[in-house]
Amino acid sequence: MKSNLIFRIAFSLALARWRQTLIAAIGVMFSVTMFVTLLGFMNGLNKMLDGLILNRTPHIRLFNEIKPSEVQPIALVKDYAGYHNFIHSVKPSGGRLEIHNVGAIMNSIKHDNRVLGVAPTIATQVFFSVGAIDINGIINGVDPEIQSDLFFFRDYVIEGNYLDMKTVPNSIILGKTAADLMLVHIGDVVQATSVTGDKIQLKVVGFFQSGIADIDKVQSYTSLATAQKLLGKPNSYITDLQIKLKNLDLAPAVAKEYAQIYQVDAEDIQTVNAQFETGTKIRTLISYVVGITLLIVAGFGIYNILNMLIYEKMDSIAILKATGFSGSDVRRIFISISLSIGIIGALVGLMVGFSLSSLIDQIPFKTSALPSIKTYPVDYNPKFYLIGAGFAVLTTYIAGWMPAQKASKVDPVVIIRGK
Amino acid sequence: MKNILEASHINKYFYNAQTQQVLKDVSFTIEHGQFISIVGKSGCGKSTLLYILSTMDTDYEGDLLIDGESMHSKNSNQLARIRNEKIGFVFQFHYLLNEFSVLRNVMIPGLKLGKYPEKELQDRAMDKLKIFGIADQANKKPNQLSGGEKQRVAIARALINDPLIIMGDEPTGNLDKKNSGIVFDLFKQLAQDYKQTMLIVTHDPEFAAGTDRVIEMDDGKIMNNE
Repeated sequence: MKSNLIFRIAFSLALARWRQTLIAAIGVMFSVTMFVTLLGFMNGLNKMLDGLILNRTPHIRLFNEIKPSEVQPIALVKDYAGYHNFIHSVKPSGGRLEIHNVGAIMNSIKHDNRVLGVAPTIATQVFFSVGAIDINGIINGVDPEIQSDLFFFRDYVIEGNYLDMKTVPNSIILGKTAADLMLVHIGDVVQATSVTGDKIQLKVVGFFQSGIADIDKVQSYTSLATAQKLLGKPNSYITDLQIKLKNLDLAPAVAKEYAQIYQVDAEDIQTVNAQFETGTKIRTLISYVVGITLLIVAGFGIYNILNMLIYEKMDSIAILKATGFSGSDVRRIFISISLSIGIIGALVGLMVGFSLSSLIDQIPFKTSALPSIKTYPVDYNPKFYLIGAGFAVLTTYIAGWMPAQKASKVDPVVIIRGK
Repeated sequence: MKNILEASHINKYFYNAQTQQVLKDVSFTIEHGQFISIVGKSGCGKSTLLYILSTMDTDYEGDLLIDGESMHSKNSNQLARIRNEKIGFVFQFHYLLNEFSVLRNVMIPGLKLGKYPEKELQDRAMDKLKIFGIADQANKKPNQLSGGEKQRVAIARALINDPLIIMGDEPTGNLDKKNSGIVFDLFKQLAQDYKQTMLIVTHDPEFAAGTDRVIEMDDGKIMNNE
């Protein structure tokens, strides 16, 4: 009953100056709209740019590095155990690039419940013979289905069917840039020479484009079986295990653990791509700062309007106080005006922001760098909507509090006797 | 008869540049049903006294009892409650809220008190307007009314919570002769028919002459307390 009365008085006071009230509400609406749109758009772009690298990068890569043996034979000889040995011209030991006992390792990793999936790959250097010249390249033997599930391989194959490389024997999917260099089309045959000197004819079944020219120029994909055949190795030959975790942040710890358990080299994504997180963080921070600045500006608008309203309605405040409204009643009247402006402005702002985001989502955005993106990316994370609305209500509350406090302190005697 | 209001040894000072005593040891009592006027020259402290008695001005020495309760130890919220429940005000200016209809203006102090449900309160407000012959204006906005009508609405508003006492600060000061006559007759009617206690500050000798009791003030002191 009483709060109803306070709200009714607040409503009619706000209505008495409805143009200014409307402008204040539009100010809040505009800020909230821009806040959610800006953050949605910025985060959409962030995700896309990060995805450009992160989607395709394994969280952990297990492999055997070519390096000199850490324990040289002399150290194993008992007679020289107490000596300090100087060895010159140490060379890397003979290449056992494959991961030993790969089947068992894969099986055990698959059952680790921190792991989303594991993809076996074979990476090897080749030369593509084009007429009289050779072009340097890397062939990755992969399973196209696992690779698609974990690393979105399917999205980057822009021509041809990605599954053909498994079904068509001796087939290859070339990088778009490399294919353009070699002037080959789908159905053509290219000749690849392995590091051991073996030559193999490979049929081109598709092109992929990652969006990063350096990768598209060098990398190409074939099935595991074809890669093993190219190298003359048995079908247990696997050089890399690419692991995707459920939680990216665990990568460094898990990498260390696996390196120890399986006696292999392990590389985690944070070490390889440290700069991405920093970029994302700073872009998000800038969006928040801009968004919150807009909301604060809207808060100043409300502050002004309420101040004006209070000067104008000094008589009304005086008579309300004379007839028994307490200071806190008067404060509540003005805070409810400001909060109503904030809440209504925020709600409409969220709706308009959502519509604007959907509109941006429809704008065509095509770039050769990103074959899977057709329109501008937008992130509809409810978090932004909650923060936007919450901050709008908070700002209007604070903006209303100061004038309301002033109104509650109005001395009716001064106003009434001053007449 | 029971004392509705009791002022004892009230002193009041203004502090600008030098201290000036505006009320000097003012003591008097008001009994139920009295129609009292306070008269005196401009600047004699009569309005100042009224605002102290109204509980709106709390900066004074001495004690004030309304309905047997001392106002000294009350906080501002409690004082607001007392004004709402026990005191009705009529000022020189009407102070009606232009955003609300006449009827709602009369109802607002009653809605604040919350003693009656809204429907009943509306009937009561309507009754008051009928007494003053302005029931037909109930749904108009105050700025559509004449000066005399506005002041009658203000008196109706002062009566809505059946206050112990009505306080008036020059209620006819802004009105022409005809309208001030109408308003005076209303006060008279309230005193006679409803035994309403009233304390009115005025500088109009004619008005004062029509009241039961005249308190005359000069230089912050009560000169003549009939």
